[in-house]
Amino acid sequence: MEQPVLANHPGRIGPRRGRVRLGKALAPYLLSLPAGLWLLVLFLIPLVVMLSLSLQTCNFGTGACVMTWHWAEFPQQLSLYHAQFLTSFYFAGAATLIDLAVSFPIAYWIAFHGGNKKNFFLLMLLVPFFVSFVIRTVVWEFILSDQGIILGSLKNAHLLPQNFHVLATGYAVVAGLAYNYLPFTALPLYVAIERIDKRILDAAYDLYATKREAFTRVILPLTIPGVFAAFLLTFVPALGDYVNQQVLGGTSNTMIGTVIQNAFLVNLDYAGGSALSAVLLAIALVGIFAYARLLGSRTIEEYL
Amino acid sequence: MSAVVTAPASQDVAPARPPRRRRWTRFILPAYSWLIIAYLVFPIAVMVLYSFNKVTTGLPQVSFAWNGFTLQWYQQWNNIPQLTSAFWLSIRLAIVSSLFATVLGTLLALALVRYRPPRFRGKTAVEQIMFLNIAAPEIVLGASLLGLFVTMNLARGFVTLLLAHVAFSIAYVAVTVRARMAGFDRTLEEAAADLGANAWVTFRKITFPLIMPGIIAGALMAFALSIDDFVTSNFVSGSAVPFPVWVYGATRIGIPPQVFVFGSAIFAVGILCALTSIVVARKQT
Repeated sequence: MEQPVLANHPGRIGPRRGRVRLGKALAPYLLSLPAGLWLLVLFLIPLVVMLSLSLQTCNFGTGACVMTWHWAEFPQQLSLYHAQFLTSFYFAGAATLIDLAVSFPIAYWIAFHGGNKKNFFLLMLLVPFFVSFVIRTVVWEFILSDQGIILGSLKNAHLLPQNFHVLATGYAVVAGLAYNYLPFTALPLYVAIERIDKRILDAAYDLYATKREAFTRVILPLTIPGVFAAFLLTFVPALGDYVNQQVLGGTSNTMIGTVIQNAFLVNLDYAGGSALSAVLLAIALVGIFAYARLLGSRTIEEYL
Repeated sequence: MSAVVTAPASQDVAPARPPRRRRWTRFILPAYSWLIIAYLVFPIAVMVLYSFNKVTTGLPQVSFAWNGFTLQWYQQWNNIPQLTSAFWLSIRLAIVSSLFATVLGTLLALALVRYRPPRFRGKTAVEQIMFLNIAAPEIVLGASLLGLFVTMNLARGFVTLLLAHVAFSIAYVAVTVRARMAGFDRTLEEAAADLGANAWVTFRKITFPLIMPGIIAGALMAFALSIDDFVTSNFVSGSAVPFPVWVYGATRIGIPPQVFVFGSAIFAVGILCALTSIVVARKQT
């Protein structure tokens, strides 16, 4: 493996001792070896193990599994839980659309009118990240409770019927998802808008574009990569989220993440849970591959 | 600069757009943006406010009604032993895992920045694996790690948490460090080598100080990812319960005010760090 690399090595500084040249040729591999091994053993191999587990038959009591090439696990799990997959799609899709619509104007405003306070406004966008994800969701549960600070006061003022509630509905779950993932949408949009060369806009105005035309025919098309990155960074995590659903959604409106978590941690149904995770990963991979093909996998780094 | 100069000129040239008075609509975007910021800050303000709220029911739960200001929960911040130990576990875990992830991620970033395919075969594959690691749903990563540990019969606890946290942090650290190394001037290293420094001295005296800001940014990223993580931790924690997992479990019975105290404290420390970095960055430019 290393031999041809050694032969191709240009040897810029001139002939050196063989040991040094070998070390130089190996340098990229030695540098990436520890991280590569870690990711191989604790990221790629677990995915393979997951696929293998989904074909095994497990004892629910002990969690012991035997390989039986039980392909029927997939259709069985899907027929049991396709409704939860659909719910996840609806909720994650709704939250992503809300986030795109809500965060585009603010991303636009910060990019074009933020002035020297851009860093401050970006910090304000990131403010939710300074509180733990679980606590953020728990605080929303606290705020939206039936007798909580908002609904309780409105009910006391007889502005709402006593049995009105937000928690344990799909609306609460979508609202929670939208809040928690808003920064993941707003930042890529900001990066994309900020990157637009303002001289292109001037050129559009010079060519008698109206403000509306400049927006729809210059700004919007140039932000498409950011919209796609925002979609990937919002929709995919929201699809597998179960914290919002469990804390805000109560026992109804079950999303697929809850099913997977229960399969692994409550029912010890490793085969079923693995099959569902594999399906979820496959769905996410569609979006991930589409992104990598259209924009290149490295571009995501610019939006993080 | 030229954009600034030409902008007013273009308005003079365009006769189709008469100079009109700026209307009230110019307030819409700023007002809207401040509204969104208020919405983002609102739950945090509620958390901080209610960490000072008296509890009258006798139950260890935050009450919805405002019963008056108290510092009781800050004085009794460590009154719930499980919560306190979960918090310290999270801190220890975040420190150790961010150390591992920073070293591994920085080395990987060095390899990715300096070498291209003829000398670094498989670079594209490594980049795609990193992308997949970042973009895949976290629940899949957590579930697959649990599957691995169960298959290997590895008891779940601090070690499995550490293995998992490093695994999901490496790619983020590598991306962060690499982004900061983009403008790195390689000729400085060549100059050091010309002046007789060996590879190690060059790295210690030239490369390392120059990429230090990137490494710190990567380490902070890894620390924040680790201390905030719930989904993966919930799968692989077992007997060792980190802070977010404990809070999640506590939601079933009611939130003790101490949770809000810890949340407010973490928030204050995080914001202080962020403001400091902004101020430092402003002073340097």
